[in-house]
Amino acid sequence: MPNNSQSQTQLQRLANLPDAQGHFGPYGGRFVSETLSYALEHLTKMYQELSQDPEFQAEFDRDLAHYVGRPSPLYPAQRWSEALGGAQIWLKREDLNHTGAHKINNTIGQALLAKHSGKKRVIAETGAGQHGVATATVAARFGLQCQVYMGADDVERQKLNVYRMRLLGAEVIPVTSGSRTLKDAMNEAMRDWVTNVEETFYIIGTVAGPHPYPQLVRDFNAIVGREARRQSLEQIGRLPDALIACVGGGSNAIGLFHPFLEDEQVAMYGVEAGGDGLETGRHAAPLNAGRPGVLHGNRTYLMEDDAGQIIETHSISAGLDYPGVGPEHAYLKDIGRVNYVVATDQEVLEAFHDLCHVEGIIPALESSHALAYAKQLAPKMRTDEHIIVNLSGRGDKDIHTVARLDGLKI
Amino acid sequence: MSRIQTCFQQLAGKKALIPYITAGDPHPQHTLAYMHALVAGGADIIELGVPFSDPMADGPVIQKACERALAAGTRLRDVLAIVHEFRQHNQTTPIVLMGYLNPIEAMGYADFTQAAAQAGVDGVLTVDLPPEEAQAVQPLFTAAGLDMIYLIAPTTSDERICKIAASGQGYLYYVSLKGVTGSAALDVEAVAAKMQTLRQLTSLPIAVGFGIRDATSAAQVAQVADGVIVGSALVNQIADLQSTPEAISDALQTTLAAMRQAMDAR
Repeated sequence: MPNNSQSQTQLQRLANLPDAQGHFGPYGGRFVSETLSYALEHLTKMYQELSQDPEFQAEFDRDLAHYVGRPSPLYPAQRWSEALGGAQIWLKREDLNHTGAHKINNTIGQALLAKHSGKKRVIAETGAGQHGVATATVAARFGLQCQVYMGADDVERQKLNVYRMRLLGAEVIPVTSGSRTLKDAMNEAMRDWVTNVEETFYIIGTVAGPHPYPQLVRDFNAIVGREARRQSLEQIGRLPDALIACVGGGSNAIGLFHPFLEDEQVAMYGVEAGGDGLETGRHAAPLNAGRPGVLHGNRTYLMEDDAGQIIETHSISAGLDYPGVGPEHAYLKDIGRVNYVVATDQEVLEAFHDLCHVEGIIPALESSHALAYAKQLAPKMRTDEHIIVNLSGRGDKDIHTVARLDGLKI
Repeated sequence: MSRIQTCFQQLAGKKALIPYITAGDPHPQHTLAYMHALVAGGADIIELGVPFSDPMADGPVIQKACERALAAGTRLRDVLAIVHEFRQHNQTTPIVLMGYLNPIEAMGYADFTQAAAQAGVDGVLTVDLPPEEAQAVQPLFTAAGLDMIYLIAPTTSDERICKIAASGQGYLYYVSLKGVTGSAALDVEAVAAKMQTLRQLTSLPIAVGFGIRDATSAAQVAQVADGVIVGSALVNQIADLQSTPEAISDALQTTLAAMRQAMDAR
């Protein structure tokens, strides 16, 4: 074990990643076809300048305050904590943001970048539709043309969000290639971008993709962790003992974790989609059951077969149904700073119902993965210990899925 | 001297015709015959596609070819076995594997470069491996005698062209348009203008691909480039004839021979 000062230096270095080429240790990078290189170099340079620009920051903060409705509350889930009989659970209420999830933090930031770039058209990929809705929202807000790629199967599963995007003036393009889900939507968005790169800004929805996306999506979402850290000091009187967030691509998790990386005493848990259970192979848990490879512009843990072909994933929540994960998570796993665990579909449903009944909050199925792990962890901790769970989104979009699983038709 | 260098040197004023097909499409048992048919039709170099589940830089034609090849069980090791077979009868036509990085990464760079060299592969073009990310592994390719072939795009800056040319071996692949494979027709004048720039920045041979679909466009590009790459037009023929795979060899040979003739005619 390194001594304290050594590990502190190591943790500080951690907060400064990625390096100039977008690497988090062996992960990340920029694995794209040549046509996109210039666009990514340009975006990197523009982001470097704007992220240091107080005016840009002020513009971002203003929109977060008055359009998104930040700060989001840190809510003590007292009844649920008592019922579980262990640590005190606090919910970071990203579900109360405009559009109902953390996704809007990032799309506001990227729409501002699009505005500064002078590009009039934005594209996005979406799985459950949350990022698509958040992109369509900011496109309307900033007067940008918007097209959203969505797997044809997801278009079927998430009709409500498809209609929301259309109401907001976006065009939803169903993707029928491959497995007809999120990864294929991302492939198709990349193909669009490579064709229309000069007039189009690609708003990637998670901390994956080629450099600088993992960095800038993290930075835009880090408002979650910064607020939670401040609120924790105010409301608890100290830092929390543990953080829990669900991980698909991992944008809400890195947003919560990043401002706490140097706080050694804060344990962190990223919860992947365990689907039917790791042993069945039907899941979306690359950090727990995958291995490193290269997809969608970055090196990271992937769900793949022995020959390097990407395999289909399964999760109750469309938003976590992705075979890769952000490269920073891959690195945080390898160095042991964050513990990556899984919650099965069954455990997720139970936690979903618990929160509805005990706290009067309908959580997104994605966020219910974090709740499911909190349910396991809290009873093992003392009642004077504190856990912050990122309640990354609200569950209105999921009620049809849950009703169907409960054998109801609504 | 590598087989690719020799190939370009022996062209004697003619231009290289470089067909692309996806290995294993529609079934790996036919690919060898198609390769020989391409040579008979006038191919100087063959780009052999390694199927991948997520071909991000490809249009629908090659996406579907990948799907067919994967459904027929074609994996990277099978592609290497096909090249090995090909080399039993042909020691002169260079073979360039074209595809995405992940299958190579999954096999392991040391294993792959050794196996590819032993099978008789001459070059590797990995669409999603730009020179910056290739630095760590390029020595393994070089040691195995495999040329690293890189792409240049219409959006590539002069500064970057120099950097890519310095890392590139064999030839440079100029992507004639912004878009995916099989996109709209190319703009010959724009390509000609770009060629002039490229010539000033590199002495590597330059082959042009994307948007070349018939003998006419092949001949036009041959006037300005060192090599003409044709992919989706051939893969389309394979798709059309997939229910009679034994008829595909003749069709590929006829199409390619027409391009060869048009290119050599002037």
